[in-house]
Amino acid sequence: MASVGLARVSGVARPLMRLVTMSRMPILQQLHLEEQLLRRTSDNWCIINDGTAPATIVMGVSGRVSELVNIQLVLRDKVPIVRRFSGGGTVIVDQGTVFVTFICNKNVVAGLQPFPRDIMSWSGQLYGKVFDRFGEFHLRENDYAFSHRKFGGNAQSITKNRWVHHTSFLWDYDVKNMDYLKIPKRAPEYRLARNHTDFLCRMKEYIPSRSVFTDGVIAALGEHFSVQPMDLQAILSGDEEFVPSTKLLSQQYLEEIVSSKESLEIIES
Amino acid sequence: MAMAAASSRLFWASRAAAYLRISTFPRAFATVLKDLKYADTHEWVKVEGDSATVGITDHAQDHLGDVVFVELPEVGISVSQGKNFGAVESVKATSDINSPVSGEVVEVNEKLSEEPGLVNASPYEKGWIIKVKLSNSGDLNSLMDDDKYSKFCEEEDNH
Repeated sequence: MASVGLARVSGVARPLMRLVTMSRMPILQQLHLEEQLLRRTSDNWCIINDGTAPATIVMGVSGRVSELVNIQLVLRDKVPIVRRFSGGGTVIVDQGTVFVTFICNKNVVAGLQPFPRDIMSWSGQLYGKVFDRFGEFHLRENDYAFSHRKFGGNAQSITKNRWVHHTSFLWDYDVKNMDYLKIPKRAPEYRLARNHTDFLCRMKEYIPSRSVFTDGVIAALGEHFSVQPMDLQAILSGDEEFVPSTKLLSQQYLEEIVSSKESLEIIES
Repeated sequence: MAMAAASSRLFWASRAAAYLRISTFPRAFATVLKDLKYADTHEWVKVEGDSATVGITDHAQDHLGDVVFVELPEVGISVSQGKNFGAVESVKATSDINSPVSGEVVEVNEKLSEEPGLVNASPYEKGWIIKVKLSNSGDLNSLMDDDKYSKFCEEEDNH
């Protein structure tokens, strides 16, 4: 595979990458921050959020709740559902999830075209430098896998001049939480109809600690960018008028889906 | 004629991919039609009088992969050249669609709500996205013709 833009740049000024590291930031707040940085700044950013609370289901922009989520379980247990501003599938995230997001200008990597597979290939190569020493790392059909078991899922949003690539890494997960999710119709081929427990794996089984992983990401970034740590408060103190499109779905909305689906089932029977 | 060639190529590519279990990406050439104008964000526009039909190019749909959802604007809104008016979602990604011209949206292709894959199967015909009443015919001067656009795509792919 051609190394697009990943060749080490020697003697040339590297583009600036602003780094924000957080811990246990609620995923709704993280996604609002990311969308704001995408749409309201012209800087390159890497956002790392080590864990999130509360446990939350996150869906892509066009996902259909009734096809992807066991709504009655969700209502019973009061699990929040967030609809993301970007594409991608559905995931349940919690304190065992580590999030890494790149928000970049279109021209920041030489030769990188602003299309989904090109960006996925670039990020896959970057993460390859982090993971190759821990296991048989693959970018498989838009997912990150050790051998054939997924440990990271991706979602992207591409605008005219910028793009965002975010990844939810499964450091650890609670098997019980997977019951909230249905197996999607558009599952990747390599899933081969496996259930969640056979399809997924935990990063903690492969990598010594979370900080080894996040430090590895920062080191890999440092090979191509000038990485500048940023204080979260400095970023948040401005642009009060931004209205994000990522939304928390209301309980009433979910209840309406259940009742409309039930009435549909009555009609069909 | 060009559309027939494009359709047969797409059909062959799909069949070859299914049979050989290989990706159809990248293809050697994307289809480019002569009577259209093109933006560097890979939208096309066909102008007839003060009416313009807009979609994304074959090059764009090829790079995007399977389109699973098209976010359509409302009839009556204004669009501006170079600004986004909607988005396409392919697996894992949303990509903005930027208007190549300025004006008012007079029609949207509602068929795409049920069949977003038309953007892949027929980007220049059945997969059109909006029709615009032009407010500034001078917009066309900053767009590429088919020859320039072909070269532009080749340069992008060759980097």
